Amino acid sequence: MSTKALYKTEPLKLWGKAKELRQNYYRDYAEAHEKGGIRWAGGAWTLGALTAGLGDDVHCITSEPYAASIAADKKFSMRCLEATEKAGYARDLCSYMRNYWGSIILNEYAFGGPFPKPDFLWQDHICCSHSKWYQVVSDLEGGIPYFSIDVSVGPYENIKGLNDPKIDYLVGQMHDGIEWLEKTTGRTYDDEKLIKAVNDECRGTSAWADVCALNKAIPAPLEEKTMYSLYVLGTLMKHYQVCADFYEELRDEVQYRVDNQIAAIANEQCRLMSDTQPPWGFLSLFRYLEQFGAISVGSLYTFGLIGIWEVKPDGTWGGRTTPEQAGIEIKDRDHALRIYADWNLSKPEWQHFYSPHLKTEMMIRIAKEWKLDGVMLHYNRGCEGLSIGIAENRLGLIEAGYPVMTYEGNMGDEREFDLTKTMARVDAFMETLGYKK
Amino acid sequence: MITAGIDMGSKTIKVVILKDGEIIGKSIELAGFESREAAEKAFAGALEAAGIAQGDIEKTTATGAGRKNAPYTEHEVTEVGSDARGVRELYPNARTVLDVGAEEGRAIRTTDEGKVLDFALNEKCAAGAGAFTESMSRALEVPIEELGPLSLQSDASIPMNAQCAVFAESEVVTLVHAKTPKQDIARAVHDAIASRIVSLARKVGFEPDVVLIGGVAYNTGFVDSLERALETKIIIPEDPEFVGAYGAAIIAAEGL
Repeated sequence: MSTKALYKTEPLKLWGKAKELRQNYYRDYAEAHEKGGIRWAGGAWTLGALTAGLGDDVHCITSEPYAASIAADKKFSMRCLEATEKAGYARDLCSYMRNYWGSIILNEYAFGGPFPKPDFLWQDHICCSHSKWYQVVSDLEGGIPYFSIDVSVGPYENIKGLNDPKIDYLVGQMHDGIEWLEKTTGRTYDDEKLIKAVNDECRGTSAWADVCALNKAIPAPLEEKTMYSLYVLGTLMKHYQVCADFYEELRDEVQYRVDNQIAAIANEQCRLMSDTQPPWGFLSLFRYLEQFGAISVGSLYTFGLIGIWEVKPDGTWGGRTTPEQAGIEIKDRDHALRIYADWNLSKPEWQHFYSPHLKTEMMIRIAKEWKLDGVMLHYNRGCEGLSIGIAENRLGLIEAGYPVMTYEGNMGDEREFDLTKTMARVDAFMETLGYKK
Repeated sequence: MITAGIDMGSKTIKVVILKDGEIIGKSIELAGFESREAAEKAFAGALEAAGIAQGDIEKTTATGAGRKNAPYTEHEVTEVGSDARGVRELYPNARTVLDVGAEEGRAIRTTDEGKVLDFALNEKCAAGAGAFTESMSRALEVPIEELGPLSLQSDASIPMNAQCAVFAESEVVTLVHAKTPKQDIARAVHDAIASRIVSLARKVGFEPDVVLIGGVAYNTGFVDSLERALETKIIIPEDPEFVGAYGAAIIAAEGL
């Protein structure tokens, strides 16, 4: 029986701390002005460490995880989506973007009170939606200063060394961006704070990759529903010291769980991975898997949106060696920006914007190294960027010998997801894999 | 050994009773709002046809969208599993099963051993299922049973672009106002639904033999459209809508 306990399990000790960090983050952003601080808004992928040079009282809100929080609150989400549609924006746009805009239009902050208006917008163009997202935010908020960095330089495998023109392209924009930050805020820029933030981001994002790599263990110490609540810190504040410290602490606890065979679910028999953002209002889908003894041990999305990876000497994936670990002392602003550009461009999730085949290769790597029995792909109508090529990925995975289940849905618009039908698909998929409730 | 399979479909409920592998009774009822009562009625009908009592059945397996609500059942199997098993028994050379019922269209690819290799289902939209043709027959004011023969009178090819049944109905209304012959519209409707099913079939990588089951298999116009689109001959069992229940009854027997 799939309900039979095969392994011991226990709650994650750092769960409460993760929750507290997230709460503090949204509170600190909202209250920044009361303490004389600065608020800025931008995407989860934005090159946030650059804003650290403005001082320690600079707080950000990143759009995708904020919108995911809205999506998890179905009533509020529906009001946000309807407000956006009423304002004339099309229903088939990015659902994160629509939830976020709705929160501004309604002037309601998901964590209470009016929406805290940012002082400036700091963004990068990772996909077509992100390119326009904050232009609209600036318009909606009455013309907030807006700076965006174009990162479309192609996949990382084509970048050879730090003097590559592709790195120069980003670094040049970042230098311009720092000048813009000084001019916009009237503050003097502190390069030491920039260097610290770059080192912290490298430390934290490498540690998160290490955490994910520990999930190769059988039984898996973490399941993906829990991982969503952990990786979110990186999407909110990847350049904060507190985030890097947390991920290192988490790595220690997860290592302890691996060493002591403490499982995420006691009846683990079937290991799966997902892909792209889940329908945030319906994470019960992951609990449903557990009735079959199935666990989603992660995904390229959970691993590679925040985690920065490298191929280790034994050929497997692990957290990328940080500049500090490599003995590199960052000397000045330009050096920091070059390292920062190279680090971020190596992000796995960035690569498949350029080719679905790169994504398929990474997914097959995960399927092999994390010892998967199958794959559950979300044809996510809410995110064009991360869903592009997903049908091609399916074919690649099947060709590599991995059974694949697909379901249609939307990460942030519940009107486009059917939980009952999706559970019926899970039933059929599990049956074909030979697992029973 | 006597077993039963019950297919709790969204529109109809089918019951098949097997004795040592042979069908001795079957029955079908509209599911309606009280699906459990309808299921009991279908069961009673099958028992009467078989000339046995409920107590004679050793095991019952349920399948279909409403299987959790099935009476007299000890065991469940998904539609994918029961379809594949039923077709395997009827046509051992079948490698692709297409099931088009009232609310769902599905394609199943099986291995030489009859194991399910892959499956694909239509999404929330009804454009890949029988409900779509029923909706279009209402728009055309043609009884559903006449829609198939009507479309066979046409050799025109009129594309319908709408994925959604609601918008497709709007296209049909436009064609009606444009004085397009009804037989041409009927064929366009069947071509449209066939294209959705072909999309599912190609997703699982169909290979012959292809077997079509489900109530829509009775629609000769749809079958014609499907065969043209797939460029292959399709096998249709004698009672296509009972194959899921038949497969469930076999699975019940195998579990004893």
